[in-house]
Amino acid sequence: MTARGIHARVWCRFEGFTLDVDLQLPGTGLTALFGHSGCGKTTLLRCVAGLQAWEGGLTVNGDAWQTATEIRPVHQRPLAYVFQETRLFPHLSVRRNLTYGYRRIPKAERDIGFDQAVQWLGLSPLLDRMPAKLSGGERQRVAIARALLTSPRLLLMDEPLSALDQGSKQEILPYLEALRDRLAIPILYVSHSAAEVARLADHIVMMDRGRVVAEGPLQETLARTDQPLALGDDAGVVLDAVIDQRDDHWHLCRAEFPGGHLWLRAEDWLTIGAPVRLQVLARDVSIALDQHTDQSIQNLVPAMVNDIAPELSPGTAMVRLLAGPTPFLARLTNRAIHTLPLSAGQYVWMQVKSVAIVD
Amino acid sequence: MDAYWEPVWLTLKLASLTTALLLVIGTPIAWWLAQSRHWLRLPVAAIVALPLVLPPTVLGFYLLLLMGPEGLVGRLTEQLGLGLLPFTFEGLVIASMIYSLPFTVQPLQNAFVTVNQQLLEAAATLRASPRDQFFSVVMPLARPGFLTAGVLTFAHTIGEFGVVLMIGGNISGETKVLSVAVYDHVEALEYTQAHWLAAGMVTFSFVVLVALYTLNGRRPSGVMK
Repeated sequence: MTARGIHARVWCRFEGFTLDVDLQLPGTGLTALFGHSGCGKTTLLRCVAGLQAWEGGLTVNGDAWQTATEIRPVHQRPLAYVFQETRLFPHLSVRRNLTYGYRRIPKAERDIGFDQAVQWLGLSPLLDRMPAKLSGGERQRVAIARALLTSPRLLLMDEPLSALDQGSKQEILPYLEALRDRLAIPILYVSHSAAEVARLADHIVMMDRGRVVAEGPLQETLARTDQPLALGDDAGVVLDAVIDQRDDHWHLCRAEFPGGHLWLRAEDWLTIGAPVRLQVLARDVSIALDQHTDQSIQNLVPAMVNDIAPELSPGTAMVRLLAGPTPFLARLTNRAIHTLPLSAGQYVWMQVKSVAIVD
Repeated sequence: MDAYWEPVWLTLKLASLTTALLLVIGTPIAWWLAQSRHWLRLPVAAIVALPLVLPPTVLGFYLLLLMGPEGLVGRLTEQLGLGLLPFTFEGLVIASMIYSLPFTVQPLQNAFVTVNQQLLEAAATLRASPRDQFFSVVMPLARPGFLTAGVLTFAHTIGEFGVVLMIGGNISGETKVLSVAVYDHVEALEYTQAHWLAAGMVTFSFVVLVALYTLNGRRPSGVMK
């Protein structure tokens, strides 16, 4: 067992299904627990927190939180939990909600200061309000700050955005991104939204019926052909790129990634040298054997067919391609693969119909 | 005049003491009843509710036997050098506590049940021990329940008669409370004095209940909730 990282061997029977996972997760960065509702991702989070009884062992960065013989109670685990329903104390003002956990940890362990958390989440105008007088987005920001103020060694977040409307989601996401980059502690983030995961995660654990179906660094794992069915229509890859050209005449800019480049619509903040995280969905990629310029798709990327895997839905296949070292996925019909024909090792042109900037 | 006011003073003393002690003892019982999944939960709840259904004389009769020289409690108090409890103020306090127990426990239990368990989980993840959670989350959120329990217990103790008569008798300055004094006055055909005490009690009870409803958010149905 390594000192850094989270090792969780969790077995628990809960409401008619069994959670059975053995995970070795990184000790920093944001790990998304991803899957359909009922797959056990929230239960796993509750087990880690100690809110649910289970068997097995849990070590967080060298500290044993639970062993076969010793179960540390929730209030003695140096974690913080952000709940979907925020769970602010209705009888306490925002300020006293924030200091609830803060006052309960020893002064020497307060790595995150009160003013710091208030500033990070933009809460100074709200401090003297009661929770009932806050909007959904404000409430969730208070809940996040309240959690951070315990200076946790592990941050658990259970779908913190799912109860919010689109506007509030957009309000919170930048805060979450900033936290992910700022905090040196691991974050376990439960989500069923592929878009959130693509935007926020460094590492992903895909779950189904209480088991882990795939797990690993986000980009590698999303590019695997054997599991993207967990994502359904949202199957696709995420890649980190850098803006290296701007074409103001056509209002475009070019993002370079290892092994190629993609053109995007220019935005003001996409200056040269800016890092961007892009998402290319498998359903938006088609394949041509030659470089066709007599068509509307502008993003043509040379790539090599790496793997062809039959998908679960009949008639379609998932093709994995490599542009240099960077993997892509393309969802094609079996007939297309047969008539082109397409086989592993072949050099082709990817036609990328749409690229989304997720970060 | 002193003899006239003595029952009033004694009654207030008895009711205050009973209420204070019951809130201390009743709170953990109510919390246990609200939280526990133990098989003893229902029998305990039934025992707590017994004084609601039993005639006060039945209760008083058994307490008299229990605390008397042949009773278990009586022998214990005699061995401890405390003497016998019946026909003393202390005995009256104990009897009142048993008599009014459900009026403390039930409002508290109902208030505790409505406290959102999710908030306790949140408190636990914010480093609050179970005891800490109780004082920092449950107690403030159950405040209306404490208010109801306190007022009902106080008012109910003031109104008790049967138990007092069985266990305390009618000793001036020791066990002669208001309700007994009214009875005495009526027996002696002193209707004017009886009127003063009786009307005073009616007014007092009315004011207390109106105050309770007002403080608990103007919900008349909230008394036993």
